[in-house]
Amino acid sequence: MRKQLCEALQRRSSNPSMVFLTGDLGFMALEGLAADLGNRFINAGVAEQNMISVAAALASLKMEVWVYSIAPFLYARPFEQIRNDITFHNLPVRLIGNGGGYGYGVMGPTHHAIEDYGILLTLPNMSVYIPAFDEDVYAIVEKAVVDAGPVYLRMGRGEPPSDYLIPPYEPWRQLVKGGGPLVVVVGPIAGSYIACLAAMPFDIRPSLWVISELPLSRNPIPDAFLKHLEKAAALCVVEEHVRQGGFGSDFVLHCAVHGIQLPRLTHLYAQAHHFSKYGSQAYLRRQSGLDIDNLLAVLGLKT
Amino acid sequence: MHFESGVGHIGGNLSSLDAMLIVFHEFKRDGDDFILSKGHSAGALYTTLWSIGMLEDQDLKNFHKDDTLLSGHPPAKGLTNIRFATGSLGHGLSLAAGLALGARLQGQDSHIFCLTSDGEWQEGSTWEAFMFACHHKLSNLTILVDHNGLQGFGSTKEVASMGRLVDRVSGFPCKPIVVDGHNLDELRSALLCPAVNHPKFICMETIKGSGVSFMENKMEWHYLPMNQEQYNRAIKDLELL
Repeated sequence: MRKQLCEALQRRSSNPSMVFLTGDLGFMALEGLAADLGNRFINAGVAEQNMISVAAALASLKMEVWVYSIAPFLYARPFEQIRNDITFHNLPVRLIGNGGGYGYGVMGPTHHAIEDYGILLTLPNMSVYIPAFDEDVYAIVEKAVVDAGPVYLRMGRGEPPSDYLIPPYEPWRQLVKGGGPLVVVVGPIAGSYIACLAAMPFDIRPSLWVISELPLSRNPIPDAFLKHLEKAAALCVVEEHVRQGGFGSDFVLHCAVHGIQLPRLTHLYAQAHHFSKYGSQAYLRRQSGLDIDNLLAVLGLKT
Repeated sequence: MHFESGVGHIGGNLSSLDAMLIVFHEFKRDGDDFILSKGHSAGALYTTLWSIGMLEDQDLKNFHKDDTLLSGHPPAKGLTNIRFATGSLGHGLSLAAGLALGARLQGQDSHIFCLTSDGEWQEGSTWEAFMFACHHKLSNLTILVDHNGLQGFGSTKEVASMGRLVDRVSGFPCKPIVVDGHNLDELRSALLCPAVNHPKFICMETIKGSGVSFMENKMEWHYLPMNQEQYNRAIKDLELL
């Protein structure tokens, strides 16, 4: 997604009020943006707390501010700066965290971001964008620009099958139609399910949905999803995020408050920050039961 | 106002009040910004804002009470002249550096003043900000340090000694100025001194609880509120100044 991010931001770089800060990251990805922005591309160094507060100050001067780092370095180290300096003043700083979920794989747990949006959504007015596909980044950048408050963009890696026609960006999208159970997924892991699910007979095939914007309170559940929910025998919520503070609990609470009946519910989530051994993002997803084999198993569809 | 509200933090308010008054009355122009990084001296800031007509008597009387505009640390909204909520130490200098950089990017000639405590230089983020300000040659930024030598639970030497702060910052491309923080002529001269290609760093040697004999250089007045008898004595001391 970094290629698309750089392109999307370069399209905006003629705006003289745009400024981009990076915590010394973006090698082999953001050079074009740096060239376009000149002195408005600021490498703030390995000093994330300062970078966030500087970003808040720039946003308070009505500048269009983007901040980039590896996801946990962006929200975990400088959390208080995000809270006090950005969100307490509802400043439209756009935080871009690369490597959402287990995206940095075998690099180790210090680089993983599996509690990011849960933490950030505890803060006032925070909007979270989680592109499911690389191409979503273009639309999300333009939406983030007009968002009046703080934004967190959780970057990952799109994983659709090569022949899959990606639907136009929406906060909620149905990726696979089916007459079986409902599956709603946060972020790009949804793409990794498409090929397997699409090959199943329609009557048992899960209906696969992806949500790319949080919180739920500002991104209402679409009627088509609700209609399917009335008939579905089972629902599975999947997210590469820890259980606490995740989409799953917000979704269930939302349904309870609004009197929406839920079928048998399964929640698949990031089980741990580290396991006994290390591995790729796909390996860590399997350790957490987020892989397609386990999804089919919990839905009773594995033969 | 501290007495009426039963609020402490009076020691650090009195050590920094002179600096705030001279900045707001003689140096801060329209378009300039002042960031109180040591937010626990909010009372001195409110008093200063009152002195330039930005707050009413009644505002000060409501300080620290229910339904007030004036919280114990500078608030997030409701007051012009206070752009950011501060109170957690180590934020203000970064905010000030960001404002200074933003002014430069926008082609504005505004100047940013930032008042920090001395204990606040134990925060790593303050050093991040200082490094950033020096690297970007933010000569439109003036850093004032209220160097009263006392923090919440001991002296700065006892808690985390770093030697003389000015020696530490001298390693950066910055020429620190040391002044008596209660001598208006020295403060004025330092604020007038030009800074070229670097932020201005003014270390103000101050007295915690300045002007009140029983508070001066006493750590406990970082936190303690006054009782009636102490308040009466304090007023008598101040009337003699």
